[in-house]
Amino acid sequence: MVRDDCGRNDRRCQSPVTCLRGFNALRVSNVSAFAFHTPSWLARSAFAALFAAGLSAALPVHAATPKSGGTLTVIAQPEPVILTAALSTSSPTATFSTNVFDGLIEYDNDFNLKPGLAEKWSLSADGKTLTLNLRHGVNWHDGKPFTAGDVKWTLENVWKKYHPRNQALFANADKVDTPDDHTVIIHFTKPSLAVLSSLNSNGAQVLPRHLYEGTDILNNPYNNKPIGTGPFKFKEWNRGSHLVLERNPEYWDKGKPYLDRVVYRVIPDGGARTAALEKGEVQYASLSPLPARDAQRLSQLPNIRLQTKGYEWLSPWLFLSVNVERPHLKDVRVRQALYHAIDREAYRKVVWFGYGKSAISPVVSTLTQFHDATVPQYAFDVKKAEALLDEAGATRGANGERFRITIDYLPYGDEFRRSAEFLKQAFKRVGVEADVRNQDTPSYTRRIYGDRDYDITVQWYSGFADPQVGVTREYQSDSIGKNIPFSNGPGYRNAEVDKLVAQAQGSGDQAERVKLFKALQQQVQKDLPSLPLLELQFFTVEASDLNDTVSGVDQVYGSFKNFWYTDPSKH
Amino acid sequence: MNRLMLALRGALQLIGVALGIATINFFLLRLAPGDAVQVIAGESGSASPEYIAALRAQFGLDQPLWVQFCKYILKLAQFDLGYSFRQGTSVANLILARLPATLLLMGTAVALAALLGGLLGTLAAYRAGRWPDLLISCLALFCFAIPVFWIGLVFVVIFSVWLDWLPVGGMYSVSAGLSGWALAVDIGRHLILPAATLALFYMAIYTRLMRATLIEIRRKDFVRTAVSRGVRPVRLFRVHILRNAALPFVTMLGVQIGSLIGGAVVVETVFSWPGLGRLAFDALIQRDFNVLLGILLCSSILVVLVNWIVDALYRLLDPRVRTA
Repeated sequence: MVRDDCGRNDRRCQSPVTCLRGFNALRVSNVSAFAFHTPSWLARSAFAALFAAGLSAALPVHAATPKSGGTLTVIAQPEPVILTAALSTSSPTATFSTNVFDGLIEYDNDFNLKPGLAEKWSLSADGKTLTLNLRHGVNWHDGKPFTAGDVKWTLENVWKKYHPRNQALFANADKVDTPDDHTVIIHFTKPSLAVLSSLNSNGAQVLPRHLYEGTDILNNPYNNKPIGTGPFKFKEWNRGSHLVLERNPEYWDKGKPYLDRVVYRVIPDGGARTAALEKGEVQYASLSPLPARDAQRLSQLPNIRLQTKGYEWLSPWLFLSVNVERPHLKDVRVRQALYHAIDREAYRKVVWFGYGKSAISPVVSTLTQFHDATVPQYAFDVKKAEALLDEAGATRGANGERFRITIDYLPYGDEFRRSAEFLKQAFKRVGVEADVRNQDTPSYTRRIYGDRDYDITVQWYSGFADPQVGVTREYQSDSIGKNIPFSNGPGYRNAEVDKLVAQAQGSGDQAERVKLFKALQQQVQKDLPSLPLLELQFFTVEASDLNDTVSGVDQVYGSFKNFWYTDPSKH
Repeated sequence: MNRLMLALRGALQLIGVALGIATINFFLLRLAPGDAVQVIAGESGSASPEYIAALRAQFGLDQPLWVQFCKYILKLAQFDLGYSFRQGTSVANLILARLPATLLLMGTAVALAALLGGLLGTLAAYRAGRWPDLLISCLALFCFAIPVFWIGLVFVVIFSVWLDWLPVGGMYSVSAGLSGWALAVDIGRHLILPAATLALFYMAIYTRLMRATLIEIRRKDFVRTAVSRGVRPVRLFRVHILRNAALPFVTMLGVQIGSLIGGAVVVETVFSWPGLGRLAFDALIQRDFNVLLGILLCSSILVVLVNWIVDALYRLLDPRVRTA
């Protein structure tokens, strides 16, 4: 579970005003959602305590004044292959690169936007003109000033050409004006409500024009020794071993960062990661760096804390993608039966050690604005599953077997393998025999999205804050079989669904979009091309003397500029 | 003339092996499903078909296989191992950057293993059937049978976490900014656990090999003759037994040094050691075939060279080989 499958951004906002409204609604619901299920945990599991600890730790400690100094050692696993997020949306790059570069606009802990390199921003009423007022006195790490020209150049030459998701996001940006060095005006041909929320340091990274213009951008040497404007400067990258960042003393956010240095260590073995954290050689590791079992043990130590905040922006959900072109599986009753055969609560506890929440829809429940709780439900019911299978004509043979399938799983770690094993058992109970098949990632994506030679697979996507960004790709029919990783795996074609998606994309009315996305959830939960199992919850393992470690809902892809040690002299 | 012919034959042999290995590996690796672009697209998650096509064109993967192959061989002829688009640097650079770490780890481990294994094997052979032999044989079997990663992790838990004597992993303390002797000591401290882990496995092989060979040789007629001639035990061991036992030992050493470049993926992974084994493994997972081909090629050339050295050693050790 180390790699994000998608780095897409939030496209929810249409204007700063609606944005605020939406985000506040989200925050309130967030709290209530937790309040809703925490007590039941408390009664049963020791995990509740741990979870609650994570929550309380998430509240920033503003009482104390931050202290400067110290070296932060972080686990980088897997090692990034390129250090510039403008050219790669993979998560190892994202977790590193956002310390060297700044966002034009940043997130706070409640999904509100706050100034970054842009001090002010405004989207016109028709959603077609975006004006950014850039901060004065910001320099690149090589001393050259940061200007509107950098933004314009990056938009036109990097985002529109190479950035996997900004290509779509900025496709309608046909003209960029820079009346002066600190003003950027972007003209879109169509309403582009989504663009504002995609301007954080991971979403829209601005590259230094003076180092990139006229070069082969994909092979520019600065991709791997980046020059940014961010809180830390790149110092060295020793491949296979470590990466070093040094404090940027001229950072525009005066007084920050507090840390002198950040060292990323590549530690490929899970056991070694646990040992390094336990011993205190490493003080920070994000994106569930350890098996949950180890994390649970480590969290009992006085020097280690588990953090579950800072991932809200990802909205990840785990699901079973079912190949709807296979015999048996193409019958919706069989898919319903398989869904009924899975005890999602047991699955959550056994495989994920209680992390996460049982899912009923591909849009996670924390996205209250979009989540539809009234979708068809498929409670754990073995009898019903058997009845549905009989009805579909998949009766038990002489040996009690109805039919045989193969389960592939995303090779991202132990939990996925155990998921496949759990499902094998669950399906066996209703007479469906399953073989579990393992392969490496390229073979896997090829099998699912290229050759489509599979029956059922365990998979997860980031939904992000707007279903348009991360959810609809599982159901849109235009990507089927084109070998585009993490798109429509099931081969599900429904003209109605395609229409809903297109309407939501073109709409300028948020209320209408919400309605459309709810209709989409109703439809796909009726057709069940994929079975949502779990709303995943990531955790960060961090040293307990590290403060202010969450300063945005996108902290997982954010910077360490607010981090500080209670006693920097120890580090 | 004879020597010249030999040298020529050797050079031809080397070129032939290199070419053969390059060809076989080139096509063999293409059999693996998926390519580098697919991996990159998979990691970024949201790749558009245009983005994928642009990457393929850049990597040269859009050309027919035979064109790719010809280009590769042409480059090889100019001693160019190619370029890793994924890593954004030349393959030679990547390999050279990892080589010192690999040589240090493998060299230490193999030396340690040969020394200890030879000693223990000898001891066991001289006490064959008695308790020291039993003890040593059990130890060797134990080390041989236990998975290397498990030994490594147990070492980490005992020596790093519990006793806090040694660092958990890595090759040196990055944040300390050491240089000179301090750095050497620091690297030494980081080296102990991975080298010991790896050495234990190899040691088991040497121990068993040495014990078996010595027991066999000590039963030979010429040994009995020497004993009856009154040759003293130390001289008997040094001149009559050891030299004969050295042949299989040297062969095994040659095999292991030949696999040196391949490194020890498992130990490197457990101890976060930045060696070539991990580079090769990652390259395979990422379908970064230029890197993998480069490592395999270097590795095969090393095997050929080591074989020559072993052959030479045979001649030195055993006069019978010289005349043959």
